[in-house]
Amino acid sequence: MISIQTEDFDLGTEYQLLRQAAGDAGAIVTFSGLVREIYDSEQSSGEKIATLYLEHYPGMTEKSLQLIADQAGRKWSLLATRIIHRVGSLKPKDQIVYVGTASAHREDAFAAAQFIMDYLKTNAPFWKKQSSNTDSHWVESRQADSAAIERWQENSND
Amino acid sequence: MLTIHYFASIRESLEKNQEQLELPVSVTTIDELIAHLVALNPHFKTVVANNNKLLVAVNQTVVDRSFALSKNDEVAFFPPMTGG
Repeated sequence: MISIQTEDFDLGTEYQLLRQAAGDAGAIVTFSGLVREIYDSEQSSGEKIATLYLEHYPGMTEKSLQLIADQAGRKWSLLATRIIHRVGSLKPKDQIVYVGTASAHREDAFAAAQFIMDYLKTNAPFWKKQSSNTDSHWVESRQADSAAIERWQENSND
Repeated sequence: MLTIHYFASIRESLEKNQEQLELPVSVTTIDELIAHLVALNPHFKTVVANNNKLLVAVNQTVVDRSFALSKNDEVAFFPPMTGG
């Protein structure tokens, strides 16, 4: 299941929902991403972020995330998958993204969660704008995020 | 009628979220659409045509610039994605 929302999410509740949905799972992996106070990008002036604004493309966002979840489901044996991404105005330390995967064994749950996060970073239409007290700019995409995707493509014949 | 959406830095630079356009018969690909939009609005050249990182989606799927358009397509221009 996929949710795009402005509201926060509760990890405990999400874990229990995944556990219920997953039937006879032997492993559940949950990942949560948080807003950082200082981004280590080239354009970063080292100034602390006051707010992080998340824009997205309604419709395409859900479609892209479903596609990524389906791809993960074909690559690994998953019993349940959950993705939550927040949009709108966030502050440092806020939760921004959640990925939960359930599987019979840990290998599939771990790999699928990482795969979903790697693809979400570069293939789902979200854009971050960070503002400090004096300045604001759109966050540039990172080469490391594209490299993370290439790694899965190299391994696609495994 | 073609619908065109703009997002993030592209939206801010063009000062619009979206527009609707009757597709001229001479415009059949994304590349030709970009050339057409530049002719309508010179500012489009700096924001879109000269932006080699620009991504284009048609009907909510990222495509390359040789993609063949249909008259009622939903097109979107945006910078590389930075979610997560």
